[in-house]
Amino acid sequence: MPEALSAAQPASFQAKSRRLTRGEALVGLMLNLPAGIAYFLMLLLPSLATILLAFTDYELGALEWGWIGIANFEEMLEDRGFAIALRNTVIYVGLVTPLSILLGLGAALLIEAGMRGRALFRAVFFLPVVSLTVAMAAAWQYLLHPTIGPLNAFLRLLGVTSPPFWLSSSDWVLLSLGAIGVWENVGYNMVLFLAGLSAIPRELYQAAEVDGTKTWLDRFRLVTWPMLGPTTLFVLTITMIRSIRVFDTVAVLTQGGPNKASEVLLHTMYKEGFTFLRLGYSAAITLVFLLMVLGLVWLQTKALDKRVHYG
Amino acid sequence: MQGLSIKSISRHFGAVRALDNVSLDVAAGEFVALVGPSGCGKSTLMRIVAGIETADAGSLSIGSRDVTALRAAERNVAMVFQNYALYPHLTVSENIAVPLAMRRLSAVERFPLFGRVMPGLAQKRAAIAIDVLKAAQSLGLDALLDRKPGQLSGGQRQRVALARAIVRHPDAFLMDEPLSNLDAALRVQTRREIVEIHRRVGAATLYVTHDQSEALTMADRVAVMQAGQILQVSSPEAIYHDPQDIRVATFIGSPRINLIPAEADAAGHVHIAGRPSGLHAAPGPVTIAIRPENLRLASSGMPCVADGFEFLGESLLLHARHTASDEALVVRLLPDMPRPHAGEAIQLTFEAKHALLFDQNGKRVALRNHPAHSQELTLA
Repeated sequence: MPEALSAAQPASFQAKSRRLTRGEALVGLMLNLPAGIAYFLMLLLPSLATILLAFTDYELGALEWGWIGIANFEEMLEDRGFAIALRNTVIYVGLVTPLSILLGLGAALLIEAGMRGRALFRAVFFLPVVSLTVAMAAAWQYLLHPTIGPLNAFLRLLGVTSPPFWLSSSDWVLLSLGAIGVWENVGYNMVLFLAGLSAIPRELYQAAEVDGTKTWLDRFRLVTWPMLGPTTLFVLTITMIRSIRVFDTVAVLTQGGPNKASEVLLHTMYKEGFTFLRLGYSAAITLVFLLMVLGLVWLQTKALDKRVHYG
Repeated sequence: MQGLSIKSISRHFGAVRALDNVSLDVAAGEFVALVGPSGCGKSTLMRIVAGIETADAGSLSIGSRDVTALRAAERNVAMVFQNYALYPHLTVSENIAVPLAMRRLSAVERFPLFGRVMPGLAQKRAAIAIDVLKAAQSLGLDALLDRKPGQLSGGQRQRVALARAIVRHPDAFLMDEPLSNLDAALRVQTRREIVEIHRRVGAATLYVTHDQSEALTMADRVAVMQAGQILQVSSPEAIYHDPQDIRVATFIGSPRINLIPAEADAAGHVHIAGRPSGLHAAPGPVTIAIRPENLRLASSGMPCVADGFEFLGESLLLHARHTASDEALVVRLLPDMPRPHAGEAIQLTFEAKHALLFDQNGKRVALRNHPAHSQELTLA
């Protein structure tokens, strides 16, 4: 009986179950080596180094350093600057994510419904995504300048006697940065939503019409919104990750000021690491940041993925 | 109650005439199949009836209402789509309930949170649930009510689409190639079920298909469409045996009807390849069309050459070539008949009553043979 079984097995299966000769194993290993080295050097090693650094008091250029366990994380809990940065980052994400998703969806729906000028509007909304944020920040600095900026000139024209100092008032700075963040993200989200919209079968809209939907809102709720589910989940995830990483506008426009009112996580990490040269502490912040991002992604895929993929 | 009445509908796409002055009536309770090759405009016509697409000219009434200017939602028609068009995020029962919810509940009542506190809503929802259950039961879907369409087989999805269509007792029932995505065995079975449902529901039904066997087996009347025009509307028997246009004759029937060029002289004698055939018609060139089952081998007839055979089980197809005109001919024979060899010279004949004559424009012309002399052919 065993003979009959092995005879029935296809030739490829037999070849696979055969032990590799030593030469073959060596060749296989050699062929894997370049990719393995690149993977180790570029992905694994830096991550590992960051994790290790987070538990040291290493300072850039220092000759000696020591293991300090979780002292960096303990310091973080006490650190008022870190708490402010964390709070500001959460506010920034909470501001930019819903606004840029809603506006992106709105723009996509309008462009999709429009007859003419689709390519033009797509390009216009997508422009901030392809332009360099640091360069565009200079333009924003001019636009939002308290005295010579066009925005305040316009407000004064409307009769506002003392328009806000957008980037230098601690009440307004986070809102201003948030607005720039929305401006940056809307185009990206819009393009994703456009792709999602074009994948909805036309037949569903026709069925909805025959089934008695009378208004645009009916069709949106019956077809568009549920069918966009997977797209929306992806856009939500990507927008949160993009906005939690906010750095360049802060670094160029406010450096976290005034009085830490626009201090955010990545900027704190950058300052600790490259201004105060405290690489150990900076690595600890990075680790916390990474865990936050991973947590968000995990939560979204676990909690929402089941609800947006049907069948 | 009136059924469905299409009057002089035209539709152009740019320079292309998709529909050219099309008129068609479907009586209440009648099942009309609209059949034609792809691109003939049959789907466009159905979508205009549904209200998904608009006509350039013409009018439309459904159940004694003029609906030409009404939107799809207000026409009270139900439609089954080729790909079923079920809402993938809703369960089977929610899918079936959509047309009822859209009609019986106000916008506020349908809103997820507000709805809960509206007075009388619970009763309305319960009534909808009962109707949904009835429709589902009549299609054997009771066990699947909580599934999503993605978890169903093609045949089950098709039933859900049917249930969604019948649940609200529409004035007209439209079906756009509903069987084309099913496998062959299921298609034949579902064919009968759809006819059964139609009997029960009793609404005027317009059924679009490119498959002539569906049209012939299911419909009370068949409308054959080509190039944006309806060529003939008749019972399946009349469409097959009594086509009024050569395009109908060639489209319906498989294998295709045989065409033999001929000419009627001034006295009305029809000649095939210069020899009198014994048929009589008005003078001028004609085409004689004969179904494969009406041609037979004979000791004297039209000289042909046998080409080969196709064995179909219940019959045998003999492929032959008409020597005089070089037209390919197909003859349906009984399978146990003696078969001529390929390349052998044979003679084919037919009875006068089976000959369909068409003029140069493809219109049917009357055969002037006296019925009593139907056998008097002189094909040899």
